[in-house]
Amino acid sequence: MDGSLESNPKLLIAAQGINKALNSRNILQGIDLEIEEGQIVTLIGPNGAGKTTLVRILLGLIAADTGAVHKRPNLRIGYMPQRVQLESTLPITVHRFLRLANPPSNKEIEASLSQLNITHLAQQQVISISGGELQRVLLARALLRKPHLLILDEPAQGVDIAGQAELYELISEIRHENKCSVLMISHDLHLVMSSTDEVVCLNHHVCCHGKPDQVSTDPAFLELFGANVSTNLAVYTHHHNHEHDIAGEVKSSDS
Amino acid sequence: MISITELLTADFFIFALVAGLSLSIVAGPLGSFIVWRRMSYFGDTLAHSALLGIAIGLITGGNPQLSIVISCLLLGALLVYLDKNPSVSTDTLLGILAHSTLAVGVVLLALTDSIRVDLEAYLFGALLTINSTDLIWVVVIVAVVAAVLYRYWNDFLSATVHAELAVIEGVNVERCNLFLVLLIALTIAVSMKIVGVLLITSLLIIPPAAARKFSESPEKMALLASMVGALSIILGLFSAFYFDTPAGPTIVVFAALFFLATYIFPSVQKN
Repeated sequence: MDGSLESNPKLLIAAQGINKALNSRNILQGIDLEIEEGQIVTLIGPNGAGKTTLVRILLGLIAADTGAVHKRPNLRIGYMPQRVQLESTLPITVHRFLRLANPPSNKEIEASLSQLNITHLAQQQVISISGGELQRVLLARALLRKPHLLILDEPAQGVDIAGQAELYELISEIRHENKCSVLMISHDLHLVMSSTDEVVCLNHHVCCHGKPDQVSTDPAFLELFGANVSTNLAVYTHHHNHEHDIAGEVKSSDS
Repeated sequence: MISITELLTADFFIFALVAGLSLSIVAGPLGSFIVWRRMSYFGDTLAHSALLGIAIGLITGGNPQLSIVISCLLLGALLVYLDKNPSVSTDTLLGILAHSTLAVGVVLLALTDSIRVDLEAYLFGALLTINSTDLIWVVVIVAVVAAVLYRYWNDFLSATVHAELAVIEGVNVERCNLFLVLLIALTIAVSMKIVGVLLITSLLIIPPAAARKFSESPEKMALLASMVGALSIILGLFSAFYFDTPAGPTIVVFAALFFLATYIFPSVQKN
């Protein structure tokens, strides 16, 4: 990937040459990533591949060791974190939780609740709602930012299978209705394939990227993911030009 | 025996009552934050180390109230710094600091034999001996703490509910954390005369713990906590006077009774 915010006016965010080590283990090596207006980019890769670390760097929550993240000026990002666990001693309704963002008007909150079909949850305690409902509440809070870019870290985690397809459909609708780009980490490739513009396969470095059908044209691929919806290990059958050793370092590269 | 009307016209009692009730206004919301953020041990450490502040203030001969306030603020900032750059686990660090600062404070106070110090008054409070200067300090500090809490309420809450979301939404979470610790430090500094360093954390966390079950929102929990705190102070003060018990511990006993009572009453929370 080359180009920068100057040469490509459609770019929202561009990461260049990101390296990050945590506890002296290389988590990310030479990552380049670009997201354009209206694009849905899906980040896949095995557990521990550095997906969440990369997202946290893009969000500015942690700093990269080397490399740079360029953002379009005044870029608003909505973020839906993974595995939110709220303090049980803190009583807070869904409505009040959403009001923490910014804070938005009641009208905006109601619009966002109804877009996500969770109007009935408004006066419920956040700690008492189900995992799938919580994901929608978090999505609502991210949308209240009126984001140009929505970053979702495993949005369907803890959601049942029927709910997962619905949630991804919702995300796809949001992209059009709210006119925002989406970067998401997902293991449910069979569900996100149809709406994803670009798949980035990450395992400490970018193994490959491209349109979903380029990344995987193998029919066994879809079948594999279809048969393994519950697993959170992404398995893909495209051909790598290198191998990883047990620590995830690249053993050989002949490209 | 002195009648209630006489008691309510006695300066010392009015001073004590106003000081205690002022404190409960900020103790409710601040204590709620301590409960939500699981900082009670942190508050304890801050309170224990405040005794060191008193000792330093007495030795240097500065204004005692001012030196307590300044040393509490410095210790609060130091704790935030140590917490961010840990060499041992936070839990261990707090355990070391809480007791070593308390010990050093007591030793220093004992060494300064030129000054007569009533150690018990600092450890357990001496609310009924509060004078007009003490009262002014309490009221001014409470006003400052209340103003900052009001101004940054949404930010403090957002940083407490989910720090990362707060950062992304533009809240300066690190500043919020520092401010909250400094507010707690200030409150502890003026509470010393009221309930003493050993009991102040209980007056901060017991009322919110009692209020939790009856609250659907953070604001209601903070408000109810203030009310429980105020009631404990009123009941504690009268009882302390009529039964000749120390005021600070008596107030804490009432707060604890309120907490126990919440186990007897059924929860009103719908969900």
